[in-house]
Amino acid sequence: MRDFLSGLARLRRGPWEAVASALIGLGVVMLMQPFVMVAYTYSFIVTLTGTVMFLIVSHFPE
Amino acid sequence: MTDTPAATPADRLARATPPRVARKIRGLSDRAIAWIFVAPTIFLLLAVNIFPLIWTINLSFTNFRANRNREVEYIGFRNYERILTDSDIWLTMQATAHFLFWTILIQVLIGFTLAWLINRKFRGNDLWTTIIVLPMMLSPAVVGNFWTFLYQPQIGLFNYVVSFFTGADPSSFSMIGQVNLAPWAIVIVDTWMWTPFIMLICLAGLRSIPDYIYEAAEVDRASPWRQFWTITVPMALPFLMLAVLFRGIENFKMFDLVVQLTGGGPGSVTELTSINLKREAFEKWRTGYASAYAVILFVTVFGLASIYVKALNKVKER
Repeated sequence: MRDFLSGLARLRRGPWEAVASALIGLGVVMLMQPFVMVAYTYSFIVTLTGTVMFLIVSHFPE
Repeated sequence: MTDTPAATPADRLARATPPRVARKIRGLSDRAIAWIFVAPTIFLLLAVNIFPLIWTINLSFTNFRANRNREVEYIGFRNYERILTDSDIWLTMQATAHFLFWTILIQVLIGFTLAWLINRKFRGNDLWTTIIVLPMMLSPAVVGNFWTFLYQPQIGLFNYVVSFFTGADPSSFSMIGQVNLAPWAIVIVDTWMWTPFIMLICLAGLRSIPDYIYEAAEVDRASPWRQFWTITVPMALPFLMLAVLFRGIENFKMFDLVVQLTGGGPGSVTELTSINLKREAFEKWRTGYASAYAVILFVTVFGLASIYVKALNKVKER
């Protein structure tokens, strides 16, 4: 956990990609789940944030 | 300048080039020549992929209707707002999720098992491979059409097979006419058609595993079960993941097969996102709205594909 946080602080690719992937995954689950309409409403913004973040952080150093 | 007997076709072509052209080409750097060769492809890519994408994003912020000749207004994020609060579109997303999840799960299980069986050396396995691969070679429109006949409650073979095993009356249920069965009807047809694709990719993966690894495992007295989980599965995993990526993207935009089979019905229970999108764009002619819908789907697939490719690279590095 400490390594993960220090990776985030030092703008390292691995932990930031993990965060972006988690956001994309969360967004897709929110988009397709059948339970909460509010989650569906905010799904796109979560997926978009994750995808843009993924594109940016994949250029960070290892 | 006469041809010597040893001259290659390239030499002859070089000699045939007019000196003026040859001088010009000699003046270009390797990089420039590379650009000349690549430029048509890049131009085509920009014209066919990138420009429509940018244009779609632009249209998604407007109230443009392709069938009306009126001034286009920029309406900000209103299309996105409408889509993301529309309960009907939410239902199509759920129908797509159901279709995606079950088709991929069942196809992976059956496809990998078939590949594993075909990979065992037995007489006629080439013939079996060809027979299994046949459904994949058919047109989705044809498959959709003949499965509608197979699913007919009165004359359909499918109902008779089910009744043979379960004892139920063949005309007592309709796979494409009942709300609870129709989502499974499209899963069955897609599985029938595309499991061979997963099987072929897995077969390539299994055949790429060298025999000496299994021989070494046998020397170490590893059981077949252990060999399967520690050699076969990890080494075929990148291929399996690639197959899942291809099928995932394809099934997310599944259109022809389902339109032919159920037309999105009964009601809208099998109306997948691509069918719904086509209706918004080309039946209701809400072009701006449909563009926003397409952008939402694009971002979702792009995001998923990005993390999937990252996972695939990690597996390959192992």
